[in-house]
Amino acid sequence: MKFDNIIIGGGLSGLTCGIKLAEQGKKCAIVSSGQSAIHFFSGSFDLLGKIDGQDVKNPLEAIKILPDTHPYQRVGIENISRLVVEAPRLLDRAGLNFFGKADENHFVLTPMGIMKPTWLTIDDFTRFEQNDAFPWKKAVILNFSGFLDFHTLFVQDGLKKYNVDTQIKNFAMKEFEAIRRNPSEMRSTNIAKVFDSGDALDEFAQKVNQLSEGFEVVLLPAVFGLFTKNVALNLKAKVNKPVVLLPAIPPSVPGIRSQILLRKRFEELGGTYFLGDIVEQGTFKNNRLVAVQTNNHGDIKLEADQFVLASGSFYSKGIVATREKLYEPILGLDIDGDTDSEKWLDEKFFNDQPYMHYGVKTDSGFHALKNGKPIENLFVAGSVLGGANALKEGSGAGISLLTSLHVAEQILK
Amino acid sequence: MKKEMFEPFNSSDNNFEQCVKCTICTVYCPVLEVNPDYPGPKQSGPDGERLRLKDQNFYDESLKLCLNCKRCEVACPHGVKIGDIIQLARIKYSKKKPKVRDMILANTDIVGTMASTFAPIVNPIVALKPVRLMMDGVLKIDHHRIFPKYAGMRFETWYRRYAASKQNDFKKHVSYFHGCYVNYNFPKQGKDLVKIMNAAGYGVHLLEKEKCCGVALISNGLINQATKQAKHNVEAFKKSIVDKNMPVISTSSTCIFTIRDEYPHLLGVKNDEIRNESELATRFLFRLIDSGKLTLVFKKDYKKRIAYHTPCHMEKLGWSIYSTALLKMIPGIDFVSLESRCCGIAGTYGFKKENYKTSQGVGKPLFDQIESSDVDFAATDCETCKWQIEMSTTKKVEHPISILAEALDVEATVKLWQK
Repeated sequence: MKFDNIIIGGGLSGLTCGIKLAEQGKKCAIVSSGQSAIHFFSGSFDLLGKIDGQDVKNPLEAIKILPDTHPYQRVGIENISRLVVEAPRLLDRAGLNFFGKADENHFVLTPMGIMKPTWLTIDDFTRFEQNDAFPWKKAVILNFSGFLDFHTLFVQDGLKKYNVDTQIKNFAMKEFEAIRRNPSEMRSTNIAKVFDSGDALDEFAQKVNQLSEGFEVVLLPAVFGLFTKNVALNLKAKVNKPVVLLPAIPPSVPGIRSQILLRKRFEELGGTYFLGDIVEQGTFKNNRLVAVQTNNHGDIKLEADQFVLASGSFYSKGIVATREKLYEPILGLDIDGDTDSEKWLDEKFFNDQPYMHYGVKTDSGFHALKNGKPIENLFVAGSVLGGANALKEGSGAGISLLTSLHVAEQILK
Repeated sequence: MKKEMFEPFNSSDNNFEQCVKCTICTVYCPVLEVNPDYPGPKQSGPDGERLRLKDQNFYDESLKLCLNCKRCEVACPHGVKIGDIIQLARIKYSKKKPKVRDMILANTDIVGTMASTFAPIVNPIVALKPVRLMMDGVLKIDHHRIFPKYAGMRFETWYRRYAASKQNDFKKHVSYFHGCYVNYNFPKQGKDLVKIMNAAGYGVHLLEKEKCCGVALISNGLINQATKQAKHNVEAFKKSIVDKNMPVISTSSTCIFTIRDEYPHLLGVKNDEIRNESELATRFLFRLIDSGKLTLVFKKDYKKRIAYHTPCHMEKLGWSIYSTALLKMIPGIDFVSLESRCCGIAGTYGFKKENYKTSQGVGKPLFDQIESSDVDFAATDCETCKWQIEMSTTKKVEHPISILAEALDVEATVKLWQK
């Protein structure tokens, strides 16, 4: 089966790359071994949140002092400045409305009640300009009775620091009685499905209006709009106080909606998305990857002119560590990481862990290396690239979005 | 030699310990969405397995609400065989004996043989409302369901009478696993398959004796019988694939999925020697075309707007691309993609009175898509999806092979390889 481009990995990086290529008329396929980490999406994409533990105000400026091995430096500051404008536009064309600036982080309120710097935030959530104040003084935190994935006390504790007077209220509605019968399944996605399919929203909004009397703002878990768009916006229109949504424990409702819309956009552009399939091996010829073989398609190999590896980091098994070795499991590519397993960990858990910087080794053009030699038509993008501790920096989504756009541009050249 | 220190204790052959509790599977479970009595794939599968290994009394009969659609497995980022874990738990721990009704529904072979023999009598009788109400009351087969019509002449009989003698005229050969539906209910699909394969230059042969793949036996808890039939079929496949070097193709996505994957995973019947060469006809044809060994020529006047529905087992196999790619090759086809959703029937599941509501609830998003698609008809590879969609929408459903047979210019196709 022949395509122009094949992308291994169907997460944020793979989909961004696939959409960009398909928008330029390429016949693309994505092979995804299951649903992706977008299901854990907080609602915001970070570009660069922290350096050495300090909040970053202007990510575009701060990027310049990152080490040369950092993916942003390898993409190049000039390219980054251009791609940060393009990324939200690409998301917008998929029906995902994000707001924010690359040269000035804004803040979002986390479910721990802390203000966190970020780059782009989806329109479900509220953007704050300051991290040392909360715009309202009296807030009500509302939760669905029986919903265990929204930890109201954390939010209350967090808001105390901003001198906000809060009250927690739980409420029940008959529409949720059915899902409550099954306590392990009283989850944000199941609550969202009730709002998606019925007319529970009106009654719910009325209830919110009653319960929020005497308060300036309403805080709610983000359980609105799984398969249907605009449920969160409709809710905000019906409630007569400002509504601040907070992420609940994953799977994330805005995340799944984002995944669905990105995949839909890719498929509408003619892309093929192979879900639940695994690339088992590649056929290499003269430093080129000619075809890959998957579990589902067996002897019918998938061929392409260019391939992109966007298989994720440790969690997604894009790279794997055993007691003995560190390796890239799909194509046996070279790893940028220490061979001595003693050096993988810092015994202080909260320190910058060395293994977090590990990834697939590439040349300056983002071609994967195998046995020290670059594979001419195999590019690497997203968190499978080494060179950054995305968790410490708050740079994971930025690296995924911008390296995949950059790689797509290399392919389109 | 030193004695082994640790004996395996409470160990399991499946990979439930790979589950990281992300709960993504529950998002895509079609049953959970409409029936909160079902504990959901994570709870029923890997979570429950942990408990059942300790004490089998943790087994819960609500696991029977699982459709075995495997959409949880397709969604799982960590490759946990959630559907298999649930099915195996049912096989291992369920103490409830299958009812008479379950045996009737599961024994597609025996019931099919009897019913097709008396087709002119059986068809009108089972379609009668009083009879359906009686079946509903006595057997708990939902009265909304209309049994698929039984054919007067079975496919095997037709094949022996009208097709068998011509098959040796070809240089290349395949065997055809037609399955119960083609044999007893819808021989036309089998005839269409013979037409296409002959046009492609392949003689089509029947297996020495095929038995029902057993999918309905498995889902109704008749495991011993299913295992017996599985072993029989693997031997019959071997005679074709290993002895005669003839691959086996089928037109039923569920039969082929069961034979390839459920035999080893659920029944413990080894199929290594036959698995790779047991596949769907659409995949077989796609491979020939993709590798330049075959060109199909289509009639110029064939014009249809068609929506393709991906059956759950096709989603799991990842093979709907073969059917859709073939359909898209027909120049006169205006192709509509449907979002892949379960139709809700799941073989015999939806026939049971207690599942009727769940079954229709699961299928509703699909029915709505089909109704609003403004197509001439829908296409799908699964026979029970076809019944369900035809019962629940105003559209007819055709198998991709039948569509190809209708649109194919046989003469022009044959000319290309006869040269």
